[in-house]
Amino acid sequence: MLELIAQYPLLAALLVLVGMGAVFGALLGFAAVRFKAEGNPIVDQINDILPQTQCGQCGYPGCRPYAEAIANGEAINKCPPGGEAGIQALADLLDMEPIPLDEEHGEEKAAATVAFIREAECIGCTKCIQACPVDAILGAAKQMHTVIISECTGCDLCVEPCPVDCIDMIQEEESLQSWHWQLPDPVTRQVGIIATDAVAVSAQDEAA
Amino acid sequence: MLADYSILLISAILVNNFVLVQFLGLCPFMGVSNKLETAMGMSMATTFVLTLASACSNLTYHFLLQPLGLGYLRTIAFILVIAVVVQFTEMVVRKSSPLLYRVLGVYLPLITTNCAVLGVALLNINKDHNFLQSLFYGFGAAVGFSLVLVLFAAMRERLTVADVPTPFKGAAIGMVTAGLMSLAFMGFAGLV
Repeated sequence: MLELIAQYPLLAALLVLVGMGAVFGALLGFAAVRFKAEGNPIVDQINDILPQTQCGQCGYPGCRPYAEAIANGEAINKCPPGGEAGIQALADLLDMEPIPLDEEHGEEKAAATVAFIREAECIGCTKCIQACPVDAILGAAKQMHTVIISECTGCDLCVEPCPVDCIDMIQEEESLQSWHWQLPDPVTRQVGIIATDAVAVSAQDEAA
Repeated sequence: MLADYSILLISAILVNNFVLVQFLGLCPFMGVSNKLETAMGMSMATTFVLTLASACSNLTYHFLLQPLGLGYLRTIAFILVIAVVVQFTEMVVRKSSPLLYRVLGVYLPLITTNCAVLGVALLNINKDHNFLQSLFYGFGAAVGFSLVLVLFAAMRERLTVADVPTPFKGAAIGMVTAGLMSLAFMGFAGLV
């Protein structure tokens, strides 16, 4: 082999280049499989924190575009539906200082609401259907519309376009799906007597 | 020993600055110097790639090409080695450190095929540098590149708001500025 190479120097050049090509090709092929990146993982994590109302109050066409913008350095305080809790969660994830909600983009609502169409007044113009980012409004032209409550994210986008103002944002009625156990309020909660105190209390009673 | 390496560094950074004295890597110098932010990103990516490329090409030359008497293949071999190493590193960085990828990501493939990168590799061979010397030379070249790129970007940011005569607006005044910078850097000749 070595004699052959010594005899034909061109052969060595060919072998070396082909060999390098093959080795590097294999290396890159291996790396492509081994180090396959599944999109941008941080965007998915941010998107999971955002409330998925798709309301566009942040100035982006939905929650995922805003998540991508945050991953690229956008401010985290532009999501009113997520509120302070959302900002706190984002700040924890991205290791940043939590900042107050940007008033420019709206205020945080006290409680979750859903859209309700007063059906007797609806004229069937379909404008709210076009405005809805999550397709939660059902209806057709000149037919009465209604809201699928389980799909509605309470984003208020359908209220504005309605020409007869027949859409209200109401608090969702408590149902088996939306009911949560009432958490004890930490401020007003009375701490009762714990077991070891019982002896002392009874001793006081006796003394009295 | 230490003095030798510091002289090598100073020479690569200032005296034989790759952009302004040897006129290598002019396209990123003009292309990404419009904003300081992109210039910083490019500088970091270049530092990384240049150091890595000079080390890898040095190894390739001394352990593969020279023993087989194939020194004349170095240009094509270096292109291959540098492209593969950078591509591989980009994949690894992308998987292992999303943060670093955000800083370097887009600039890594951009700088790979740059003449400054190949220039460093070939100059290392011409100057008979050993492995450590190549590493320092590559790093020095990258620091020099970063220095002038960031300086130039800062100047161009001010030039965009300056009152420049209409025929000189944009790239023209950029070229003039680069030429003046080059003149200034020529003044370092004779430093070492």
